[in-house]
Amino acid sequence: MEIRVQDIRKEFSRYPALNDVSLDIRSGELIALLGPSGSGKTTLLRLIAGLETPTAGRIFFGDEDASSKSVQERNVGFVFQAYALFRNMNVLENIMFGLKVRPRSTRPPAAEIRRRALELLELVQLSGLDKRFPQQLSGGQRQRVALARALAIEPRVLLLDEPFGALDAMVRKELRKWLREIHDRTGHTTVFVTHDQEEALELADRLVVMSQGKIEQVGTPDEVYDTPSNPFVFGFIGESSALPVTVENHELWVGGRAIGLPAPSDATGDARLFFRPHDVELVEDGAALAGVVAASRRVGGTRRVELEIGGYPDRIEIDLPFDHPAGERTRIAFRPKRWRVFEGAKGYRQ
Amino acid sequence: MSDREGAVYDSRRPNQPAYQHTRPTTERPWVKWTLIGIAFAFMALIVLLPLVIVFVEALKKGLDTYLASFDDRQSLAAIQLTLLVAAISVPLNLVFGVMAAWCVAKYEFWGKSFLTTLIDLPFSVSPVVSGLVYVLLFGAQGWFGPFLRANNIEIIFAVPGIVLATVFVTFPFIARELIPLMQDQGNTDEEAAISLGATGWQTFWRVTLPNIRWGLLYGVLLCNARAMGEFGAVSVVSGHIRGKTTTMPLDIEILYNEYNFTAAFAIASLLAALALLTLLFKTILELRFGADLAGRRH
Repeated sequence: MEIRVQDIRKEFSRYPALNDVSLDIRSGELIALLGPSGSGKTTLLRLIAGLETPTAGRIFFGDEDASSKSVQERNVGFVFQAYALFRNMNVLENIMFGLKVRPRSTRPPAAEIRRRALELLELVQLSGLDKRFPQQLSGGQRQRVALARALAIEPRVLLLDEPFGALDAMVRKELRKWLREIHDRTGHTTVFVTHDQEEALELADRLVVMSQGKIEQVGTPDEVYDTPSNPFVFGFIGESSALPVTVENHELWVGGRAIGLPAPSDATGDARLFFRPHDVELVEDGAALAGVVAASRRVGGTRRVELEIGGYPDRIEIDLPFDHPAGERTRIAFRPKRWRVFEGAKGYRQ
Repeated sequence: MSDREGAVYDSRRPNQPAYQHTRPTTERPWVKWTLIGIAFAFMALIVLLPLVIVFVEALKKGLDTYLASFDDRQSLAAIQLTLLVAAISVPLNLVFGVMAAWCVAKYEFWGKSFLTTLIDLPFSVSPVVSGLVYVLLFGAQGWFGPFLRANNIEIIFAVPGIVLATVFVTFPFIARELIPLMQDQGNTDEEAAISLGATGWQTFWRVTLPNIRWGLLYGVLLCNARAMGEFGAVSVVSGHIRGKTTTMPLDIEILYNEYNFTAAFAIASLLAALALLTLLFKTILELRFGADLAGRRH
């Protein structure tokens, strides 16, 4: 089931949570809505589900305009961050709920409902726990029951709101892999919201990076990581270092010195240079970024070095292999191997 | 390694505690016991004593006289009326209370805090005033007086008036019990239900109601106790017609004023027994479902 979000606006008492957002979700893909808090990603998810109504704009499920349809009519499977399992029903009854509340005309016979629920319980690898109550399950188990419950109604699209947010790191890693397997097996179009970029990069077919009610970039994990389209995405995805530069003679200058990088053809005046700390090469002579080592610490297999570069108040981080001889020096000159230059605007956190 | 709380054992004297750890924030024993003693003395004087006296006075002239009090036709009518009034007011307040709590907890709307204040109104208004309001509305010289007389409808000095006054006075119990409970539980369970295809009604029956059932039962218990025991408001609207418009509390007053003390205390002992039963059920509910009552999620 494809989903098309068209020029959606959502205001909460004049606070714009979403501002003219448009998105095409392909049938069968696993897509992540990624962004910091307040970016509007959960609002967008709830709008797709029908739990909120847009202030303006439309949502299409396939060719149908679903914007005016109630949440029941949209037939979506929603998995909540806090699971929202029904406390007074056991695991099997929770899973059967969606089928039991169907109108008589579309409701399968009781035995069939039970059979399907048990099948789903097996799919989520919780067979034998059918008589337990939600309070007696661990966080990871509850999340799997919540997913089984959502799958029971054979939804057109699966929507997950920070599904692993409340779980500890080990369980999260396991469930990530497991979610991907389930998705590959069942083939549902799945949209999930997360603020954890590692999760998004690992799981999703495509990512939608959002910030302050707008979509910053849509692309595959590789595209978003290697070719970020704006400072926000560069700073939000992966690690980054940034520096103000000026463009003169088609070259980049920092603190009155050329640093040996050609300027992109359309850049002029002041801009910011973005690069990833591990994407640098040390340079003995020639034009380069030169800085004084202010701090250095070992992080796993690399050494993270903080440099003070002439004139610029903040420190710049670069990564060296931990046993590199330059790690002992007090002055280091380097050039980024891969970089982007953006005019004017500051990036995420900068 | 200790088997008595707070006791610290020493290997040289394994069976005798070396010293007792007290928590640094506890008072010294005499302070603690004095406070507990004062609290108990207060409760004994203000609550326990009257309760005991009711039963003592009722049985003072022997069991036969006690039982004879219930043979009186008018007292039996009073007991019947009390039961009838409770049987009507409690379900009515159940429905209205749940509706009001639902609106306040689940929706945002202009005038919401006004509604919440209105719900609390019967608590702050004197019961006599509550009754008087109905007399002013539906009495012979009241706003609707002529209309009611023309259509031969009796409200004041008749059973409908008593029911109205009782509903007013006991309305807050259920709503006030449910509102914080429902607010605490939030909307996610209901959202989950509708996302799975349940209609509003199905969501209410299968999800909301089970979630609030213990708070609801608690509220119903309190509402019932008050409905059966209400005096002030009912006294104003009832007209005190023995055998027709007296409830148990009113009957007790009438018997007492006629110097028929044993009978008065005998009827009162029924109400006292009701109070004790209510307390018993309330304690059982709290013990078994305390966490649920507070709406705490697991």
